[in-house]
Amino acid sequence: MSGLIDLSASQAAAAIKRGEVDPGALFDLYRQRAATDSLNAYTWVAEQAPKAPPQPSLGGVPLAVKDLFCTEGVPSQSGSRILEGYRPPYTATVVERLAQAGAPLLGKTNQDEFAMGSSNENSAFGPVLNPWDRARVPGGSSGGSAAAVAAGLAPWAIGTDTGGSIRQPAALCGIVGLKPTYGAVSRYGMIAFASSLDQAGPLTRDVSDAALLLSHMVGERDPLDATSLDFPEPIAMPSRRTLAGIRLGVPSELTGEGIEPGVLGAFQATLELARQLGATVESCALPHAPHALAAYYVLAPAECSSNLARFDGVRYGYRAADPDDLLSMYERTRHDGFGVEVRRRVMLGTYVLSSGYYEAYYGRAQRVRTKIAADFAAAFERFDFVVMPTSPCVAFELGSKLADPYAMYLNDFLSVPASLAGIPALSIPNGLASPPGGGTPLPVGFQLAGPAFSESQMLDVAFALEQALGFDGRAVRS
Amino acid sequence: MTPDFEPVIGLEIHVQLKTRTKMFCGCELSFGAPPNTLTCPVCLGLPGALPVANARAIHFALMIGLALGCELADHSVFHRKNYFYPDLPKGYQISQYDEPLCRGGELAGVRLHRVHLEEDAAKLIHLGASGRIHGSEQSIVDFNRGGTPLVEIVTEPELRSGEHAREWLSLLRATLRSLGVSDVNMEEGSLRADANVSLRPAGSTPLGTKTELKNMNSFRFLERGVTAEIERQRAIIEGGGEVAQETLHFDPASGALTTLRSKEEAHDYRYFPEPDLVPIATTAEMLEQARAAIGELPAARAVRFERDFGLSAEMAHLLAFRSDLGDYFEAANAASAADSGHAQQLANWVSGQLVARIGEQDPATSNVTPAALATLVELVSARELTNGTAREVLDVLLQSGGDPRAIVAERGLASLSDDSELAAIVAAAIAADPDAAAKVRAGNAKAIAALIGPVMRETRGRADGSEVTKLIREQLGV
Amino acid sequence: MIDRDTVLHVARLARLELTDGEVERMVGELGGVLEHIETIAQLDLDGVPPTTHVVEVANALREDEPRASLSRQQALAGAPAVADEGFAVPSPQA
Repeated sequence: MSGLIDLSASQAAAAIKRGEVDPGALFDLYRQRAATDSLNAYTWVAEQAPKAPPQPSLGGVPLAVKDLFCTEGVPSQSGSRILEGYRPPYTATVVERLAQAGAPLLGKTNQDEFAMGSSNENSAFGPVLNPWDRARVPGGSSGGSAAAVAAGLAPWAIGTDTGGSIRQPAALCGIVGLKPTYGAVSRYGMIAFASSLDQAGPLTRDVSDAALLLSHMVGERDPLDATSLDFPEPIAMPSRRTLAGIRLGVPSELTGEGIEPGVLGAFQATLELARQLGATVESCALPHAPHALAAYYVLAPAECSSNLARFDGVRYGYRAADPDDLLSMYERTRHDGFGVEVRRRVMLGTYVLSSGYYEAYYGRAQRVRTKIAADFAAAFERFDFVVMPTSPCVAFELGSKLADPYAMYLNDFLSVPASLAGIPALSIPNGLASPPGGGTPLPVGFQLAGPAFSESQMLDVAFALEQALGFDGRAVRS
Repeated sequence: MTPDFEPVIGLEIHVQLKTRTKMFCGCELSFGAPPNTLTCPVCLGLPGALPVANARAIHFALMIGLALGCELADHSVFHRKNYFYPDLPKGYQISQYDEPLCRGGELAGVRLHRVHLEEDAAKLIHLGASGRIHGSEQSIVDFNRGGTPLVEIVTEPELRSGEHAREWLSLLRATLRSLGVSDVNMEEGSLRADANVSLRPAGSTPLGTKTELKNMNSFRFLERGVTAEIERQRAIIEGGGEVAQETLHFDPASGALTTLRSKEEAHDYRYFPEPDLVPIATTAEMLEQARAAIGELPAARAVRFERDFGLSAEMAHLLAFRSDLGDYFEAANAASAADSGHAQQLANWVSGQLVARIGEQDPATSNVTPAALATLVELVSARELTNGTAREVLDVLLQSGGDPRAIVAERGLASLSDDSELAAIVAAAIAADPDAAAKVRAGNAKAIAALIGPVMRETRGRADGSEVTKLIREQLGV
Repeated sequence: MIDRDTVLHVARLARLELTDGEVERMVGELGGVLEHIETIAQLDLDGVPPTTHVVEVANALREDEPRASLSRQQALAGAPAVADEGFAVPSPQA
């Protein structure tokens, strides 16, 4: 049966449709693997396959789902102690749509608490280990989804990306991760981190799987999410072999300082490969991109400080025992229920919104956001896509960045510009590179960002690069 | 010498809209449903749930804005008002801040500051000592009411007394009721008013320190509370003290005003634009629908009443803003003979005698048909009925309906003016009191009252007083 | 720069209890992060409109149509404390 593990999700779906693979057997195989997971990638695994809808287009290929997606009757804690034992009475729109399309829920995956983190170390369930090197982090916040897909504990997975939470762990685990255009995928039922930035997307072994999964996540807008949008056209399956006529812009601000030499080397090698495939590769400017991280660390904490106010010990989840009064119930519940990083961001967000500081921080950050979106819009007049590394570093050692919050935040500086602009961005495996001190080579990500709703074309270009790169991630799926 | 002080009063009014469902979710509105049976993930603030604004609530708010002559924003935004309280499930209230739906406007000479949309809080029931847990008292939250659409109407500080505040609020209630957008019931809480009260030296412009009065849940309490607060402030100022800025709670039982105890520091609501909702762009179509739903705008109707019926500005305004009265008045006028010239008298009868008897009831639902009232006014005008007997007839009409002429005939209430019967009664009265007759003849004009009284008693009010006087003078030759 | 009193004030607004040690740590960490964030103060942003929504959409409304509500049992299922068919909390008036 181990041959089944080597099938990509699209291949498995096709094999099921041809009658060569039994979807029940496929589910059981992955269920077994997930249940014996030693990476701490899962927080919950299904007992058995749910009853499949008739003739599902995804055939019944099971799906790993980040903990923060609400799933009816199934633990959904967003990696937090404050939601201890919480089982929602409803299911997130995107999980429901995928189940209807034939991607049944395999299990819930570990994540940084409330999606705040870049290492998956901020989880009430403990850290996830990187299957390439178990002493290292898988990235975050969708670390469980990324590790599960990389290690063959799931055929594919969904996660969420606020400032890089799909792309960065995908890069660090050697898989594909796509953050769609803001609004393309319903946020209904996604436990919010930062509402104006959160977006669900696929984490998959290859570009074709990403396209197939995405095609069932987008479509008609969700009437339950006021910010969701109709996707203008169906997602096309990628097939491109060359890059003739494709113009790639390389922003100098995001391809120089602060990036590990190994990561930069792999990036430049792939630019050369793109040229060989026929692409035009030229440098471009995103003048405000260096300020994106600062703006992001105002906007996201501000929104999270408000989004997380509902965790008050009144209606669900954890409540501190024997409170003296209402105030102490609130304060102790939230102290004990939230982890250190969440508390830090709630404090930061409360501070920047508080009386007298709004305009200096939140107001300015929103204006920086306008400038960043304008920078991208200008770049897309000359280029089809802007490309840069996904993460400035390969997977780092567990615990190595916990002492300095800002050092951890710096992991996001290549991914947050596209988040602030609300545009789609994709990370594909870009080979391996050794960490700065030397050692076993680890996965690197190559990132593309495109105009809103350019997902099909972006996946098509990524497919051509993927085929030419020929990355093999099978080693960690044993 | 103590300077004279003038009270300055502003009202902040909350109106529950009579939509079928809540402001941001599809739960039905129902007063008095069993606790916690009208909730869903959205109005319980469950993780992952998102608000979507109710189109009819916006429609109703636009109707209110149009009816009150507000300036309607073509772009309006919801904000989050952040604070913790058990009746606030998300830890923030979705409200409007610096971009409300309506600004300005005016009703009965009192200008409005703004009109905006928001969601209501849930109901918190204090259990008191009986419900102790771990020695502290408990409260129970019922989320049925939470999320009910509210329109907040804020006046400029232009009211001058408790009585003025009550009268004005009563007019506002009538206006809102006639629009059909709310039950506007103060006892049930669908209409709630807080008052800001301050005093300033008469004729000066700057406002004094204001206090906020809450919990006045009837028109009578509003008047009493505001009056009591004006007196309290006057006593403080006249005693050389200073009014403290605070929130006061009116106790209807004792009439006392007590400071609302608060353990909290000053509020800092950290308003920021609600990222889960998109702006409201008031379209021409939305405006057209709102306009059509209210028919003629009250202000325009007032102008028409003044112009077409020669009513005073005050009367025209009263009838126009209480559209039920305006409709009734117009129906009665239409039932009158053409060019009867009775419009002013009809207006007086509708706004005076009729309202004095039925209060805020819609006269169209009373037993008095507009045609009956028109007939009544015609009879008075033709001196076939005195004002006094006409009021008696109105009482009968209200009791059991019918035609005024029939009632007059049946009860023998027709006026005795210009009638030999009256002359005989006058002669009898003169004969019965020769002393008084002599005094009148001698030029003592006041003595005539002693002769009029018995005539009026004998005729049971059917005689016109001036006619009786005339006959007495004729018969006595003065 | 953020000080101890500011941290305590913000923690109260956010309803977060912090131990003395946590307050000290927060003073340093928030101060450090804010130092980096404050670089946006140097940008010339005069006349630049703020972005709240990256996509220009308005009036995403719902019709006033009822949807099924949860049963009381479902609503109260996750509540830490229940009494009298409602969510029980320490009284704010206590």
